[in-house]
Amino acid sequence: MAQMNMKEAIRDAMRVELKRDPNVILFGEDVGKVGGVFRATEGLQAEFGDTRVFDTPLAESAIGGLAVGLGTQGFRPIAEIQFVGFIYEALDQMFVQAARMRYRSGGRYHAPIVFRTPFGGGVKAAELHTDSLEGLAIQTPGIKVVIPSNPYDAKGLMISAIRDNDPVFFMEHLNLYHAFRDEVPEDDYTVPIGKAKVVREGKDVTILSYGLMVHTSVKAAEELEKSGISAEVIDLRTLLPLDIDTIVASIQKTNRAIVVQEAQKTSGAAAEIIAQINEKAILHLEAPVLRVAGPDTVYPFAQVEDAWLPSVARIVKSVNQVLQF
Amino acid sequence: MSKVSTEAPVIKTGAQSHEVRSEDVTPLQVLSPDGEVVNPERMPKLSDDQLKEIMYRMVFTRTWDDRAVNLGRQGRLGFYAPVSGQEATMVGSEYALLKEDFICPGYRDMPQLVWHGLPLYQAFLYSRGHQHGGQIPEGVNVLMPQIIIGAQILHATGIAMGFKLKGEKRVAITYTGDGGSSEGDFYEGMNFAGSFKLPVIYFVQNNGYAITTPFAKQTAAQSIAHKALATGIRGQQIDGMDVLAVISAVQEAAEVGRNGGGATLIEALTYRFRPHSMADDTTKYRTKEEEQEWNLRDPLVRFGKFLEKKGLWNEEDTARVKEEAKNAVNEHIKKAEQTEKMTVAGLIDSMFETTPAYLEEQKADFQ
Repeated sequence: MAQMNMKEAIRDAMRVELKRDPNVILFGEDVGKVGGVFRATEGLQAEFGDTRVFDTPLAESAIGGLAVGLGTQGFRPIAEIQFVGFIYEALDQMFVQAARMRYRSGGRYHAPIVFRTPFGGGVKAAELHTDSLEGLAIQTPGIKVVIPSNPYDAKGLMISAIRDNDPVFFMEHLNLYHAFRDEVPEDDYTVPIGKAKVVREGKDVTILSYGLMVHTSVKAAEELEKSGISAEVIDLRTLLPLDIDTIVASIQKTNRAIVVQEAQKTSGAAAEIIAQINEKAILHLEAPVLRVAGPDTVYPFAQVEDAWLPSVARIVKSVNQVLQF
Repeated sequence: MSKVSTEAPVIKTGAQSHEVRSEDVTPLQVLSPDGEVVNPERMPKLSDDQLKEIMYRMVFTRTWDDRAVNLGRQGRLGFYAPVSGQEATMVGSEYALLKEDFICPGYRDMPQLVWHGLPLYQAFLYSRGHQHGGQIPEGVNVLMPQIIIGAQILHATGIAMGFKLKGEKRVAITYTGDGGSSEGDFYEGMNFAGSFKLPVIYFVQNNGYAITTPFAKQTAAQSIAHKALATGIRGQQIDGMDVLAVISAVQEAAEVGRNGGGATLIEALTYRFRPHSMADDTTKYRTKEEEQEWNLRDPLVRFGKFLEKKGLWNEEDTARVKEEAKNAVNEHIKKAEQTEKMTVAGLIDSMFETTPAYLEEQKADFQ
């Protein structure tokens, strides 16, 4: 066991897989010698050489296309898009070409690719560095969407993502890269894609969340406990496939739920989660499922970010609304 | 003390000027429209049997195109992009490759796939919208036709990188049209190939039109071949109605690629005798005079004249191949029509290696 922050855990996952499987290759803008703008790939080129870990020209669509082409030839590319807002340049390759490869070819080809990208607010970054674009991905048939919230999960999920024979969109929250350290095994282990985790048990209300908002939700749960309200917090970890069984099991117990996401209200995953709860657990609900989310504006200018992002206070308010419904 | 130059930095452009300039290009030609060899140094080394095989494939492809248009009108084929006029670029460029070389086609490039090994009935299934059309047989090194213009350019670039990383002496070739050369992916692909020195051939079939938009509206560049300059790869322009020029250029580019020399952009000047697609009407944007002018450059006529002079081909040969092609098309369209129908459950199971629970649940609605 070692103490690692989430960035180090992700790097360790890539190192483990680069070592284990010679077909794993890693590339993107500035990921080689320097080891990425966040040093998430630091030391990997020195350890594995510049044919396994290499820099590319600055062109996201071509990075995506390179991954798709290499994927047809037996490679397992990990392609980094430097910041989430730049995936728009690569959307065709990620969400059309990679996501449809198995289907279009009737299984003849597939796309065993991990598209890594940092995202997420609260770090006063420049425009288009922090938007929550997971909602685009979950509307894309053929790609899986993973968002870890802690070092242990990040490593296990990244190893699962690299070993998955279908494309995975792996979103790494900027605010969690260095937020805290956890015990992380140094050898390889996996956390299954498609499985949520109950991070805090409770009986009065279920708070469903992912990414940084898991931590904000836990803080809100601690706040609620002071008023005698017992909130169960679930870290979804994977948005597609969604672990609806864990969600329903929790709602059967609490009969109330809210979804907390950093994305704007009509983006992200909340609406889909609520729709699935309506389909699977309506008779267990004592109140409608509410959303705590960013307002439907363009992602805020840095100076107003803290007020814009979902807060403990807004989560507490939302929980009280469903409890008093 | 270190010396600091006070002169302006020099960027080598090849011209004695601060402007980037380039010369006019003349398309490579081996045969004149009369079938005379005008460029013997560039004559590919081909046996008589090989020459006849090339003609066979071009006549076959023309006949298949004729039949496909009719089958489309009868509702027996779906999406179909006609190829008549482009037989030299399609048949010739594929013929210049080895079987281990990889083809990333655009949506009009079905002939290259078929001559590279895709069974004709699967080409028909692709047209009809059946998944089996894209189930490329093992050992046939092609991707499915690409609808997103430019996407295939990047796939070929990635595949070529795979060959280079594995140390394999193979090349990838990808096709697009003149309109496709305006896409960002066209530039990005060539630029990556230049930067990584990848064994890939970017083959542009410039037929003068992107649906109704004439080439002059795509770019003010002197030619598409000139666009190679921006990415540091080789650029060439060829007569795309001359199958021997096509073979010569592609063979050369493939050798360069296999031997570590990097990528080549080939612009082939050609013409489609038919509309862009079955939904297009050329009378709205082309003149009869223009069509007649290009008819005189018909690649089958030109290569036919060359072969006739050598005593390798005659009208009976053409008639025989047409008959064979018609029979093959009939046989393969029947096979396509008899292919087992797809099911929604089958589609669901083809999404992922292991079908996730939410899709299993959705599948139940269709069983």
